[in-house]
Amino acid sequence: MQFFGGSEISPSPPVPTATGNNAHMMYIFNRNGVCLLYREWNRPLHTLNPQQDHKLMFGLLFSLKSLTAKMDPTNAEKGNLGIPQLPGQGCSFHSFRTNTYKLSFMETPSGIKFILITNPRTGDLRETLKYIYNLYVEYVAKNALYTPGTLIKCELFNTALDQYVRSIA
Amino acid sequence: MSAIYSLYIINKSGGLIFYKDYGSKGRMDTNDSLRVASLWHSMHAISQQLSPTTGCTGIELLEADTFDLHCFQSLTGTKFFVVCEPGTQNMEALLKVVYELYTDYVLKNPFYEMEMPIRCELFDINLTQAIQKDRVVLLGR
Repeated sequence: MQFFGGSEISPSPPVPTATGNNAHMMYIFNRNGVCLLYREWNRPLHTLNPQQDHKLMFGLLFSLKSLTAKMDPTNAEKGNLGIPQLPGQGCSFHSFRTNTYKLSFMETPSGIKFILITNPRTGDLRETLKYIYNLYVEYVAKNALYTPGTLIKCELFNTALDQYVRSIA
Repeated sequence: MSAIYSLYIINKSGGLIFYKDYGSKGRMDTNDSLRVASLWHSMHAISQQLSPTTGCTGIELLEADTFDLHCFQSLTGTKFFVVCEPGTQNMEALLKVVYELYTDYVLKNPFYEMEMPIRCELFDINLTQAIQKDRVVLLGR
């Protein structure tokens, strides 16, 4: 568990679950499927070990993107299922909701995927994800000591992220 | 004006048993619709695994740039999903109406084999009426 430095070395404790308003967890993947960040604030149920969980999450998103590009009713010309879509090519989904959680998704042109899992009553989080992307740019991309494609270990980013997520309704 | 693009019904094993297209560009051929249905079935199942809390029953709404997908799963595992314009209201109610039509005209049909593709004329007729009525009501508002 030491390899995923998200929740273990965090200076700020997980937010109490009583409010129920805060986010459950957050993932950041790069275009190759490497999990750059996994933050967990409120997750009572763990079905799989972390590596499998990340792979499953990435796989689900990859397939869902492929599915939405194929199912797009406004685009007459479509590729076949299974062909990897470039970021921005074809219709992409931005969120899905189940009875227990809502997953919001955003992919940047460079292929960095931001996933935020919240309670199902949350509204549209596209602006929130854009703000988090800006935090990523400021604290991670502009960090001279950060190697792209590796795990994010920037304390300032973690703190800023926790603070911001606590503030979203 | 809100529009429904297509309706799918998949059986509990993920096989497509009914597909109706109401006017999307790029109509899918049979093979593609079968693939899409099975893919949706798997995604629905995987999404339950990733839930942070217990009791997840799968994706109910998928929001994309150009369409929304509403899904209703019955207690037996049969899934009804509809692809519509973003922001269309009352799709859950429509799916429940389709479920009722399914139980009345398909399941109660003695010649219908379970899990097989639906070929019941009365179901088609009543379904078209239900979708039309939905359109008329929306236009009237």
